[in-house]
Amino acid sequence: MNMIRVTKQAVATALAKASKSYAIAGPVKAGAGHEFRCLGQGQVPDLEYTHTRLSPKSLLFPQAEPMFHFKLPETTGEPGDTPPAFLEAESFKEAPLAVVGLRPWDARALDLLKLNFDSPDYTDPFFIKRYNAMVRVGLADIHPDPENFSLAAGSGPFDEASVDILLADAGDAFIGKVITGKGRDFAGAAGFEPGSPDDAKAFAALKAAAEKEADILPACDRINDADTLDLYHADFWEAAAFSCINCGACTFACPTCWCFDIQDEVNQGKGVRLRLWDSCMTDLYSAHASGHNPREKGFQRFRNRFMHKLKYFPDKYGAGIMCVGCGRCITQCPGGIDIREVMAAMNAAAATVQQEVSP
Amino acid sequence: MNPYKPFNVKIRDILTETEDKSLKTFTFEFASPEDEAAFDFTCGQFGMLSIPGVGEIPIGIASSPTEKPVVKFTVFKTGRVTTHLHNMKPGDFMGIRGPMGNGFPMGRMEKKNLLIIGGGFAFTTLRSLVEMILQPQNRDRFGTVDVIYGARTPGMLLYRDELEAWEKRSDINVHITVDGTDDPDWAYHTGFVPMVTESCAPKADGNTMAIVCGPPVMIKFTRPVLRDLGYGDEEILMSLENRMKCGIGMCGRCNIGQELVCGDGPVFTLAQLNRTPGEF
Amino acid sequence: MTTATKERAENALQEKIQEKIRGIAATLLENGTVDAVIGYSRGSLSHMTRAIMAKTREDAQKLVFNSHCRMNLAAYLTPELMEKACAGKDRAGKVAVVAKGCDSRNMVIQIQENRYARDQVHIIGVPCTGMLDKAALARGVEQEQANCATCIRRNPVIHDDLAGDPVPETDPDKDRFADVAKIEAMAPPEKAAFFDDLVSGCTRCYACRNACPLCYCPTCFVDEARPQWVGKTVDPTDVMTYHLVRAFHDAGRCTDCGACEAACPMDIPMRHFTRKTIRDTVTAFGCEAGTDPDKRPALDRFELKDPEGFIR
Repeated sequence: MNMIRVTKQAVATALAKASKSYAIAGPVKAGAGHEFRCLGQGQVPDLEYTHTRLSPKSLLFPQAEPMFHFKLPETTGEPGDTPPAFLEAESFKEAPLAVVGLRPWDARALDLLKLNFDSPDYTDPFFIKRYNAMVRVGLADIHPDPENFSLAAGSGPFDEASVDILLADAGDAFIGKVITGKGRDFAGAAGFEPGSPDDAKAFAALKAAAEKEADILPACDRINDADTLDLYHADFWEAAAFSCINCGACTFACPTCWCFDIQDEVNQGKGVRLRLWDSCMTDLYSAHASGHNPREKGFQRFRNRFMHKLKYFPDKYGAGIMCVGCGRCITQCPGGIDIREVMAAMNAAAATVQQEVSP
Repeated sequence: MNPYKPFNVKIRDILTETEDKSLKTFTFEFASPEDEAAFDFTCGQFGMLSIPGVGEIPIGIASSPTEKPVVKFTVFKTGRVTTHLHNMKPGDFMGIRGPMGNGFPMGRMEKKNLLIIGGGFAFTTLRSLVEMILQPQNRDRFGTVDVIYGARTPGMLLYRDELEAWEKRSDINVHITVDGTDDPDWAYHTGFVPMVTESCAPKADGNTMAIVCGPPVMIKFTRPVLRDLGYGDEEILMSLENRMKCGIGMCGRCNIGQELVCGDGPVFTLAQLNRTPGEF
Repeated sequence: MTTATKERAENALQEKIQEKIRGIAATLLENGTVDAVIGYSRGSLSHMTRAIMAKTREDAQKLVFNSHCRMNLAAYLTPELMEKACAGKDRAGKVAVVAKGCDSRNMVIQIQENRYARDQVHIIGVPCTGMLDKAALARGVEQEQANCATCIRRNPVIHDDLAGDPVPETDPDKDRFADVAKIEAMAPPEKAAFFDDLVSGCTRCYACRNACPLCYCPTCFVDEARPQWVGKTVDPTDVMTYHLVRAFHDAGRCTDCGACEAACPMDIPMRHFTRKTIRDTVTAFGCEAGTDPDKRPALDRFELKDPEGFIR
């Protein structure tokens, strides 16, 4: 039946057992909220958390990642015989990483990120090695935040599609299911007990309750079939973007945003080439060295972000929207921008054009 | 294979192309024959010139694949990396990643009459194309070849040796123009590229392709001329630039709508570009 | 007055201000006095507002004023906006802006710094009794925003219209820099740890910088590449450098409007940096930024008769 359970008191012991063969990461208190961190020996994740500010994407795709170390050639002006050495940076431990307490939508987001980092032509080794080594011990959300619209966005508080195990808080214990072979291996290593048919019933009930609470998305059915340029040239963008201050809060909080910058930092002849989070909302993002900027105005960058997430990405990959409905951007945006409203505006714009076109 | 890891290359030669020294052609050799073999490119592709401690820049490959084992890049000095590169010397080591991009669609171009239009220093990948076409083993695969190449002044023309050699040939028509000159012995055209295209370019005959590389203003005024000559949007190829970092379709920034200039491009037909939001 | 009574009184006051703003805005737009009105509107979350640009009487009815108007609308007065507001007209644009006391002080400085001319803005001044802290609200607690607790100028310094009756200013003898004194009293190791911890959650998103009406350098120092002044990672030294340099760029100009802290998605109380620069500007130069349209910010003017000895 694949049901498992672990009492809350037994969680620490279970993770200690599992940590013999897995590195463990999970949500811990950090500053004014919670964040995902790799846990030290004996450190236990806070599975009572509601949400993290930043997403667990930083476990696969950190804010700053050293890609290579190098030594600069001698600066005396004599060409050296030895080329500068590009060395692979050590990026992570070899042991598989179990992320415990991952929300189902954050897990789905990792799969969406993979579409970018593992293309037919290229594989990003830094991301993919970590992705493959990751075991996802999901934690369903029995009381989704009001801004969470993950169910409508293709995931959900109890979505099983992207996790290896899915647990739910049933009061004195976590009950759940093993979903994949990787999950079975972890459950074994942690010594999770088998669950009962009553657990299965309780799990189903929790799921039904959570999904009822989940926010419904406004209609966005017309965006898929809409013509890209019609959406792009719609007249609501400038007004919708007015409040946006073009910072990077949304892109950094977003579990599916993947844009990055590459920078070299040097100190006394030795240096590191870094991959850093970047934001399409900034002025510098697409600026040419000549001074020409294809997206010079803030609203153009705003439009590009939402068109990418809600139109370009779905058209390109056919995997749904590039948003898992976690709600972080909605709660963290200083300007009060709400992606659900932008979606509704795009849908309305698509409907208008379709009306004009049809006889 | 780590696509972020450059091949080690050495600068073999640096040629200052223009009188104002803003453009230099760098000839690179690979540190290992395996790397050289792995850098297997086609005309119209670009490479990421990578200088540790400084940065990376995407530059079109100016040499033809037939000129291997070396590769050439013509670089305009405009920013941090290009300035550093311009101050380097033969014998210096650096890196190259690539080849990247889709390159010119050679299959579609075979048996066609080609009109190749270049403005300023956007001519670099066109040099690769022309050199490749003119090789004895390749020439018969293509129809007539007309080249229109314009620069601001005679001193700003690139690849003078090549231009001279091409002029002498009977299997290619070369039309060189400058915006203006006070050289009384100037033997070629004077006038902007769109004008010269109007007067010298062959009409489209259903069996033609135009390849256009140049600054936005040149492209803007050349498009209507090509249209009047009968070139359809599917027959006009353009090679675009955009700010790039990874060059391999992952960092996101070079997008025009759904298309990534580094991977879906940099070569697009005008018909394809008309379907994009045009943010380039 | 009980808290509940005070709250009801404040809500009633704010509703009156809101009605007045809508009326003033509609009149200004219909008379063609301004091309647009920049104000607050409701957001999708109950504790958030947004900035909007109203261009018609209908738009003007969307304007609100409440305890969630934390943004400093002076940050939206960019050259781009001025251009856009008068698109198609043959004169420079004129916009109306809703400005609380602190916001109006920033506008004084923006005008002194030639960001725009005085006659390009029509200021709808709002006598303000404070905003509610966003992070506390997310926890279900109604608490005055930290900067509002030490506000020295609730009534606008400059205005063309006033959307409410002036409110009493705070007691000038109140020890408003207790927060600064507390940190100054720390021993250096404790102080260092305090600040390291303060910025440890920073992700370099620059919401603080973008929300600030005085951060408008065409190229911010963090974006300079030739040379590169500061690294872009979350390395603690780079993070600290960013915050310190930004605080110093704002020194003598910062009005403690709190927009930076309200904008921060990680709830970092970075005003601890600027509170110190404000305290020092007050004690060293006797200057309260933006309170006197005839007095430029302390650090951007020099007179031969300046008394400070270090410049001789």
